[in-house]
Amino acid sequence: MTVNGVKKEVSAQMSLLDLLQQEGFLTERIAVERNGQIVPRSAYESTMISPSDKLEVVSFVGGG
Amino acid sequence: MERNKNWGIPVSPQVSVSRRQLKEALLERYTPEMYEKISKGSAAIAGLGGLGSQIAVMLARAGVGKLFLVDFDRVELTNLNRQAYDISHLGRLKTEALTEMLEKINPYLEVTAAAEKVTAENAERLFREFPILCEAFDGPGQKAMLVNAVLAQCPGTIVISGNGMAGYSSANAIVTRRKMKRLYLCGDGETDLDSGVCLMPSRVMACAAHQANMAIRLMLGEEEE
Repeated sequence: MTVNGVKKEVSAQMSLLDLLQQEGFLTERIAVERNGQIVPRSAYESTMISPSDKLEVVSFVGGG
Repeated sequence: MERNKNWGIPVSPQVSVSRRQLKEALLERYTPEMYEKISKGSAAIAGLGGLGSQIAVMLARAGVGKLFLVDFDRVELTNLNRQAYDISHLGRLKTEALTEMLEKINPYLEVTAAAEKVTAENAERLFREFPILCEAFDGPGQKAMLVNAVLAQCPGTIVISGNGMAGYSSANAIVTRRKMKRLYLCGDGETDLDSGVCLMPSRVMACAAHQANMAIRLMLGEEEE
């Protein structure tokens, strides 16, 4: 699978939430697109990662 | 020596400008096709601080037809180093102060406003009718909440988000990137108040200009970042 264009090896039966935490993302400050579809925050834990997934994770920083 | 034409408008504080005169002035700068698209354009702006107030001013100057302004906050003195307001606006709701300012720039601009806090629950009701939302909140949690809510619940809305503009490092680091199908990020992607220590008007406005420019590009049918 890829995260922001970088290939990643993932173990079987990994949830999106596990992956995001493993990669060090702060889940309160991100938006996630999986294969071109936005993933609602409430679905991070129930979404299982597949080896063919393409994830785009955007991290927000403060100031405005 | 030929003098600049002034559209027959007397120089006076009581000056009034007709819709036709404003249109003719914009047509000195745009093709008729551009004018048509921009004047039919509409955008919502969430957060009327350093980014949002300046985005609104730029879109009003550009001749955008309709703006929707959302912020629950009031103007305070620490805002004036980078936000569009002035001393006369201190203590007033930002929605009211900015609406007045925009009416002075373009009295034919259709401005609506909501002085309420945006939540994951009301975002859909507030923004779903707008093809473009400029996200201009301050906190990263609020930004993420709004972007998530709108991308999930407002299928017809494209979000242009401000992301990283603190400090006084090079303005060349501020860019526009299309990160998702309906999400553009403008900024350096890195500097927040913790790392940047300060918020400079120049850098904040550079980011606001990126957001306003992307909004105008979308109105003109350009989707590239």
